Amino acid sequence: MKQLKVSAIREGTVIDHIPSDVTFKVVEILKLNSVKEIISVAANLDSKKIGKKGIIKIGGKFLGEEEVNKIALVAPAATLSIIKDFKVVEKNKLTIPKTIEGFVKCFNPNCITNHEEIKTKFHVANQKPLKIRCHYCERAMASNDIVLK
Amino acid sequence: MSFKGKDIISINELSKAEIIHILEVAKSLESRPKPNLLNGKVLAALFFEPSTRTRLSFESAMSKLGGKVVGFADPSVSSVKKGETLSDTIKIVERYADVIVMRHPLEGSARVASDVSDVPVINAGDGANQHPTQTLLDLYTIKKIQGHISNLNIAMVGDLKYGRTTHSLAMALSHFNCRLFFISPEQLRMPSYILEELDKKNVEYSEHTQIEEVIKNADILYSTRIQKERFPDLAEYEKVRNVYIITKDMLKSVKSNLKILHPLPRVNEISTDVDSTKYAYYFEQAANGIPIRQALLSLVLGKLK
Ligand SMILES: [Zn+2]
Repeated sequence: MKQLKVSAIREGTVIDHIPSDVTFKVVEILKLNSVKEIISVAANLDSKKIGKKGIIKIGGKFLGEEEVNKIALVAPAATLSIIKDFKVVEKNKLTIPKTIEGFVKCFNPNCITNHEEIKTKFHVANQKPLKIRCHYCERAMASNDIVLK
Repeated sequence: MSFKGKDIISINELSKAEIIHILEVAKSLESRPKPNLLNGKVLAALFFEPSTRTRLSFESAMSKLGGKVVGFADPSVSSVKKGETLSDTIKIVERYADVIVMRHPLEGSARVASDVSDVPVINAGDGANQHPTQTLLDLYTIKKIQGHISNLNIAMVGDLKYGRTTHSLAMALSHFNCRLFFISPEQLRMPSYILEELDKKNVEYSEHTQIEEVIKNADILYSTRIQKERFPDLAEYEKVRNVYIITKDMLKSVKSNLKILHPLPRVNEISTDVDSTKYAYYFEQAANGIPIRQALLSLVLGKLK
């Protein structure tokens, strides 16, 4: 119990059920190195649902739409809780938007978006398993092909 | 169904009804030419990568309908300066022309052009991605020689991994209940994303390594080039290069309606002794590009419905 107290946050966001191996990718996406309040990151925790999982608690931060969308791509099974006054006031499953603009790189080296300054755009062809299709070159990418910009 | 102002970027965006309509318009233009239909209209042919055959076919189609062609055949001698974005080029060119036909080495370039252009854009090939007018002319050819497209046995042979034409043709044929046969070396098989799409659409197909396993059943044998540069190991190339040559001997017990197609140019995939047989149809196939391109130009310019 004591340990929980340490990592409890008054206000902020808890991201749970992150597949363990992408926990630090989420840290990177959210640029947590520049957050001044309490952050706790745990990985390799046992989870009945997904085997090994990660949890990230971030004090004083609520996520913007683009941040949520990015996390949904790398950890579609994660849950997102909003904490106010030490209580969970909202708990959401992540959903992947129908189109993803600007933050994913096309994995096709011959795609025009990798040669000119063009905002990338992908259409979600399938939610589970995740498959997104480049608006420009029409190539389909699975989650392990996804590289964020 | 209105084509006026429509971009023709990807075969996957055309419905079955739209494909059939384009083929019908092509047929009517071929049997009743309309030499003044596109009088006063200007086509900009932007070939960022040389493709003489495709460019001449579009130019011929436009000229036969009374329109004019401007543009360039080779970007190195054009005014497209290094560093100028494609979007900027298109925004300028659309002020000179009523329709843009574009060939570009990068995949997705045609979509970029269509997103910024107010005049219709026709994709004449964007890298390994799409070449919808080639697929439409292939379908037009199949319909012309077999009388219909539905329920045919269609075999594709050669480099099915990198061959853009076979990918698009397979996708387009998924509308027509054809039985598909894919013949290729192990390392050049039809990509799984195409097979998945065919599965989704309940298309019946099978994969083979020998032409002989399939040729007796085929109504159409669509041959494509195996490119040497696709092989990391030249010895591997040497092994397969001669396995896929269609010779006159192989045609002894084929169906009498069999026709052999090839997007051309060929290297040695079809032996020249096949040319004089009734099964050879690749040169006529190339000529069918003209009515198809005439149809598309007339439709997107709103001169035909
Ligand atoms: Zn792309």
